[in-house]
Amino acid sequence: MQKLRYESPVIQKMNAGLMNKYGTRTEYEPVKQIDGVSVRSMIEQYGSPLFVISERTIRRTYQHTVRAFKTRYPKVQFAWSYKTNYINAVCKVFHQEGSWAEVVSGFEYKKALGNNVPGNKIIFNGPEKTTEELTLAIQNDSLIHIDHFEELYQLIELSEKLNTKSRVAIRVNMDTGIYPMWDRFGFNYENGQAWNAINKIVASGKLQLTGLHCHIGTFMLSTEAYRIAVQKLGDLAWNAKTQLNTAIQYLDLGGGLPSSNTLRGAYLPGADTIPSVDEFAEAITDALYKIGFNANELPLLILESGRALIDDAGYLLGTVLANKRLSDGRRATILDFGVNILFTSFWYEHKISPAQDFTHHTEDMVLYGPLCMNIDVVRQSVNLPLLNRGDQVVVHKVGAYNMTQWMQFIQMRPNVILIDEKGETHLIRESEDLAYIELKEKMPAHLQQINL
Amino acid sequence: MQLKKNIATSESGFIFNPTTGDSYSANPIAADILLKIKEGNSDETIKNFIKETYDVTASQLEKDWDDFINQLRSANLLEI
Repeated sequence: MQKLRYESPVIQKMNAGLMNKYGTRTEYEPVKQIDGVSVRSMIEQYGSPLFVISERTIRRTYQHTVRAFKTRYPKVQFAWSYKTNYINAVCKVFHQEGSWAEVVSGFEYKKALGNNVPGNKIIFNGPEKTTEELTLAIQNDSLIHIDHFEELYQLIELSEKLNTKSRVAIRVNMDTGIYPMWDRFGFNYENGQAWNAINKIVASGKLQLTGLHCHIGTFMLSTEAYRIAVQKLGDLAWNAKTQLNTAIQYLDLGGGLPSSNTLRGAYLPGADTIPSVDEFAEAITDALYKIGFNANELPLLILESGRALIDDAGYLLGTVLANKRLSDGRRATILDFGVNILFTSFWYEHKISPAQDFTHHTEDMVLYGPLCMNIDVVRQSVNLPLLNRGDQVVVHKVGAYNMTQWMQFIQMRPNVILIDEKGETHLIRESEDLAYIELKEKMPAHLQQINL
Repeated sequence: MQLKKNIATSESGFIFNPTTGDSYSANPIAADILLKIKEGNSDETIKNFIKETYDVTASQLEKDWDDFINQLRSANLLEI
């Protein structure tokens, strides 16, 4: 006789009255496969934990987002935000789809060049750009977004020295009615600093002011903020045209569009609360038309969306290491991945699904990672089916920031694979080992020997 | 180990404590164990029954057994 599937015995108190404010169970079906590839087979082949990227989801999300803008406005260009996920294979999918590169450091800039992005299709943002990096960007005719006056004057000097009129934009910060207001990057609109910077660029005669850029925040839940941002950038562009006789070729609205993840502490799931990409596109393009430009002089709209384009395409597969009871009786489940590789646990209530069959019995539990650190909490409180040691889980929507902000801390970073559109898996970043970690370490001679 | 005499249990896993008014739901394996406890079986007999019926190792069951008894104790369902 075949034995029944085992699950830990558990009793759960039945509560009459008000519902738990975090709701009840959300998992009804196990997630046994991703894009037709079984979770079990991927873990068997590549180990656990394992990051999985769905190429099909990237392309679909990208095409859907681009369509939302291009059906409303004639001149749209996306630039892939490298910091969101700069694994080269991921970047290449976006570049194949037609995305330029948006980088915020010299290292990302060189990565984009290495990915065969033409220099004139790289947008160079960020507060730190060294002289060498700026020189390289000028020589490659890249779009340099100026963050502060020191950089502005440095660019004037460099352009003079290189005898080139480099293409620049200024980053503008502004009050769009959201909190916190990101005023640490670029030049402020309200106090006239941005207009002052524009005047200095034009007056210098050494730089080509080609665009205006802003990035008003992250995980934006208001379309209205983007409308205001376009109005303010549009105001600067209009004044540049009418007062300085300088045509602004593009307005770069940056990124900040949300994914459908659920923010920590939110009452409702992200998918139910975030505006759709069409609503954002409507607000932005509607405001663009209202600036007052003629049809033949409409500026190019550039978007640097990262999170909204990649989050849904990323999964993290993992395995249950152990269960235990905490002092207050709550169940704690320890997983083989923690905040070291799932950095976004600090921001999101990640959706986590068991990867094998389960019964309808659930328990409130805390999910911990494997690190010997108190901060290693994947979910503070989640209602999940009972998980046994060795059971596998799938964390959803982890494509953004985890594979760039992950830490080599206590544990190594795991393999990352890509499932292509035909359902084939490809290793796109190998897991780390001790030799890799110690590659850059040096041992002084007097510390070579120890005698214990 | 004994359940308190007035604790009502059903085969489907419903548990009612008339003293406190609390009710609980048990998953099938917990319902099996409770039924066996009510029938007066020893711990060892119950554990053997579970091992024969369910796909579980002895060490896993031993660990979960202690956890389950703790759950019953904290729910105040056991005779002291």
